[in-house]
Amino acid sequence: MKYLYYPGCSLRSTGRAYEESLLSVLKVLDIPFEELNDWNCCGATSYVSIDETDAFALAARNLALAELQSPDGTINLIAPCSACFLVLLKTERYLESYPDVREKINSTLDKAGLHYHGRVNVRHPLDVFVNDYGLENITKRVKYPLKGLKVASYYGCQMVRPFKTFDHSHYPETMDRLVKVLGAEPVDWPLKTRCCGGSLTGTIQEAGLRLNRLLLKEAEKRGADIMLTCCPLCQHNLECYQERINRKFDEKINIPVAFFTQLMGVALGLSEKELGMQRLFKMPSLKQITHPKGEMANAW
Amino acid sequence: MQLPTPTSVHSEEESHKIEKMKRVVRRIKFESELDLNFGERVADKAYGQKLLSCIQCGTCSATCPLAHYMDYTPRKIIAMTREGFKEEVLNSLTIWLCASCYSCYVQCPRQIHITDVMYTLKREAIQMGFHPKRLPIPILAQEFYKRVLKDGRNTESWLLVSLYLRTNPFIMLREAILGLKLFLRGRLTIGREHVKRRDQLHTILEHKKGEAPL
Amino acid sequence: MHGNGHNGTVRIGFYICHCGHNIASIVDVKAVSEYIKSLSGVVISCEYKYMCSDPGQELIQKDIKEHSLNRIIVASCSPLLHEHTFRTAVEKGGLNPYYFQMVNIREDVSWVHTDMKAATEKAKDLSRAAVQRVFHHKSLETKHVKIHPDVLIVGGGIAGIHAALTLANAGKKVYLIERNPTIGGHMAMFDKTFPTLDCAACILTPKMSQVKNHPNIILWTYSEVAKVDGYVGNYKISIRRKPRYVNEELCVGCMDCIEKCVYKEGKTPDEFNVGLSKRKPIYIPFPQATPQIVVIDRETCIEFKSGRCKKTCVEACDRKAIDFKQKEEIKEIEVGTIILTTGYQTFDASRVPFYGYGKYPNVYTSLEVERLVNASGPTGGELILRDGRHPKTVGIIHCVGSRDKNTNRWCSRTCCMYSLKLAHLLKEHTDAEVYNFYIDIRAAGKSYEEFYDKLLDENVHFIRGRVAEVSDWAVRPSEEGKLIIRAEDTLIGIVRRVPVDMVVLAVGMEPQADSQDVRRMFNISCSTEGFFLERHPKLAPVDTFTDGIFIAGACQGPKDIPDSVAQAGAAAAQALILIDSGEIELEPNTAYVVQNECSGCRTCLTICPFTAISRDEAKQKAFINEALCKGCGTCVAACPSGAIKQNLFEDEMIFSEIDGLLKMESPACC
Repeated sequence: MKYLYYPGCSLRSTGRAYEESLLSVLKVLDIPFEELNDWNCCGATSYVSIDETDAFALAARNLALAELQSPDGTINLIAPCSACFLVLLKTERYLESYPDVREKINSTLDKAGLHYHGRVNVRHPLDVFVNDYGLENITKRVKYPLKGLKVASYYGCQMVRPFKTFDHSHYPETMDRLVKVLGAEPVDWPLKTRCCGGSLTGTIQEAGLRLNRLLLKEAEKRGADIMLTCCPLCQHNLECYQERINRKFDEKINIPVAFFTQLMGVALGLSEKELGMQRLFKMPSLKQITHPKGEMANAW
Repeated sequence: MQLPTPTSVHSEEESHKIEKMKRVVRRIKFESELDLNFGERVADKAYGQKLLSCIQCGTCSATCPLAHYMDYTPRKIIAMTREGFKEEVLNSLTIWLCASCYSCYVQCPRQIHITDVMYTLKREAIQMGFHPKRLPIPILAQEFYKRVLKDGRNTESWLLVSLYLRTNPFIMLREAILGLKLFLRGRLTIGREHVKRRDQLHTILEHKKGEAPL
Repeated sequence: MHGNGHNGTVRIGFYICHCGHNIASIVDVKAVSEYIKSLSGVVISCEYKYMCSDPGQELIQKDIKEHSLNRIIVASCSPLLHEHTFRTAVEKGGLNPYYFQMVNIREDVSWVHTDMKAATEKAKDLSRAAVQRVFHHKSLETKHVKIHPDVLIVGGGIAGIHAALTLANAGKKVYLIERNPTIGGHMAMFDKTFPTLDCAACILTPKMSQVKNHPNIILWTYSEVAKVDGYVGNYKISIRRKPRYVNEELCVGCMDCIEKCVYKEGKTPDEFNVGLSKRKPIYIPFPQATPQIVVIDRETCIEFKSGRCKKTCVEACDRKAIDFKQKEEIKEIEVGTIILTTGYQTFDASRVPFYGYGKYPNVYTSLEVERLVNASGPTGGELILRDGRHPKTVGIIHCVGSRDKNTNRWCSRTCCMYSLKLAHLLKEHTDAEVYNFYIDIRAAGKSYEEFYDKLLDENVHFIRGRVAEVSDWAVRPSEEGKLIIRAEDTLIGIVRRVPVDMVVLAVGMEPQADSQDVRRMFNISCSTEGFFLERHPKLAPVDTFTDGIFIAGACQGPKDIPDSVAQAGAAAAQALILIDSGEIELEPNTAYVVQNECSGCRTCLTICPFTAISRDEAKQKAFINEALCKGCGTCVAACPSGAIKQNLFEDEMIFSEIDGLLKMESPACC
């Protein structure tokens, strides 16, 4: 089964490390994929705040393009950014559930020679790795088990809500199960899906910083060595504003925040460069991770 | 009973407080000031026909990570929408602070699609020009909209610059160091991303401009 | 035999009812009446404000005599409501009641339409169909069935106990069947009861022993209904008596065997204490269990698991009551009426993951707390939490699994009051600060509001807000080590975080897990929620749609003890009416086999849901027992040779009715 890959805008800028690590891991696991031709922005939360029809039409163009690119059967479209994932999924679901929306959007697409027939299945890479590729197969490929590393999995909001897809909406466990297979130890903490505030760090920064402060503090308090995210905006918020949070609220937060694909890559034996590690503000300290023969993992 | 002796000298702060208390604000709502169908109209637009079935339990407010910073809790927004307090609702900060995390949406015991309601209210506020002109959140949405309408993709650096220019250009100074750090790590790009078939995109997005306001 | 219309011409009287404004505001009754008057066979056609009133009925009787009517049609409400009324009126007028036909233009027309013109046309169509139909009506005779005086009661909770005692005291023989080893149900588990705060055991256990000792009650615990056959007045029931592995005749409940069991300590979660304590494989559920007979749990007993137990229990029993070879027994009984009092189950709190039940040890369900505060409970009434602490603050969360479309949408009716009661008891036991998180306080029973007043005076906190989450996420030093309840205080309009030591989840009431199986076995209906459906929500609250079967207590819907007892009394009275009248009239709408057309193929035998059809092997023909036939029509439709017909639903009647609907003149009526 070949996947279609929808990068989304953030994976070309602030979330570059996510794209680099994701593609490297897909390749090393021999999961076939190709990028969606001429994809456009999903519209995020902004588009639907201005015009709902435009928002659906914008997202639906991607779905229609996917059908053009893959003429037969169900298409699994990987969307790594949580916002993209939800916007595409919501568009897909609403077009399916509300015939009037479907008609309206398709008549709009028709003008541009496009049409959406309902063949796209929007997938998050976490779901693809754990449920399609399978934890057992990942176990077989792990070269450097991340022994002793305590990981706080942070799922954020839009990957798990509001639609029931592959995990629970408030207490998901998919990433924790993956982390365990990589040899690390998942930390049980209550804020796995509490929102990071999204773009608030850029608009009403005080509110945004406060939300992130709560998340970071709790992850540290529960003994996590690292936070893992599955969304470029969450990663950006949690990582890049730590210094400012510390200054503003007199805290001493200091915890690396990486993409789950980066940690996967480390365990699978990929290099620092392949995983975009140099793009992080804070390198995870992975001294404990050693080769079975006693050497350090090549990336560290 | 002994009362505390009144001090003859008022501090400046205290007289300020007294002055403030004396400036009474009339709080009453006349039925004629309400837009009585507002709730039904919002419900129709938001796939949230269940909006009217709200039992005011407050689960939405309690689960909302941003409720602490809102002027009205989400529950109050629902109550006010239903009862036709259109101006208060569309002028509120609450609708803008909603970060679309969908916590309320999945926990609501009446299965009201609260996030969709908030989006509907945002759209109405923008269309009817209710929000404060320099409030960054609606401006971010508008700038994002324009950028994507033009290029089909969003370039984060360009988006932020246009946001700061329209809200408070001095913020750019504050954000410069962070921007530089990101730039050095290859996480901010200067070149603008865009789709190849802009014509196709524009055909799709130019079907009409703006729906009729509520 | 009343007069008939076969040898003369058909003379129809048609009456259309306004039902106040119910019908007349949507249907132009005058137009319908005038239209029907023009149809052939119709002698009288008129409208009247309330046909079901005495003057309305007298009008029919007068017209029958004055105009020699031999068919009567009333267009009004549902036959469920007034068919019997009008048939009786017709009979009093001197006509066989089955010459009557009813047209439902209220539920089927005026209540479901808004367009007057279309509604009037529909009323005309339906009425015309009835006119064409009655041409084929025949004189029929009502059948009578004897009522067996014995009663079966299923479920030994407070409702079943009360119904059993009521009937037994009236001199009727009662079989009370309970699937658990003891009767008492949920009420036996409760500590005190609202609003009077009298102890549940004190008021219940005397009734339990009355049941045990009553000469008219046969009590079978650890037993279940296996099969139900027959019909009103003549039910044949098979009861499965599960083996207790203890001879009921010999055991006196001395409990020596329990003491001597090879297990020194209990290992199995104790059902009666909702798993808060452990019991042995050989046990009595609680000290006042009725009957006082030991039971051995096959699943955990070593003898059953390995066959290599020392069987110290057998040695300990002087009376040789323990019998590992005991087998399941099937008892066949005959009863005339049945009362179902099968109760409810509590909502599984782990279905609401936000409240941390099963994750945080100090989160309890309300039923667990009933045991925890009870003097005979697992801690002897001392409030010790699962982590050994005594709570200083307690939060009670209302509406867990109630009023929530994600779980159960109904209000469970009892939780507000029992939460208030638990708040009182917790305060009394611990002097803790108690917070109630509620959506609405529903205290609508006698002296309930006064109880709420009392709790307010006791300074219990009432926060109006549904809790979003219980977690151990502390953000202030004062929250460390506590469970934090997050809710909006909706009366103040601010989100609050309340740190507590103990959380009580006021779980709602649900239909029993096997309520659908029970429903099918007894051939009764359920509401969409799964509670047993009463015949009429207001006027027949304990009857079901199956004659002779009644329901009472929480199997019909969530209710508290007073309401359950009241319903149980009502159900007993309904059963008594049948028993004391001795017989019941049966609808003559039964099927019959036209003997010379029957090929004896047996098709009908297998499909009859009431096993009413047998085969005369000598004649090789099918034969229908009219007393068993419910008139469902399945055999009529299935018979390949068209040999089965059904009274009141014969082909000519139905085809004429269809013709009437389609505005086609039926040849038969011209």
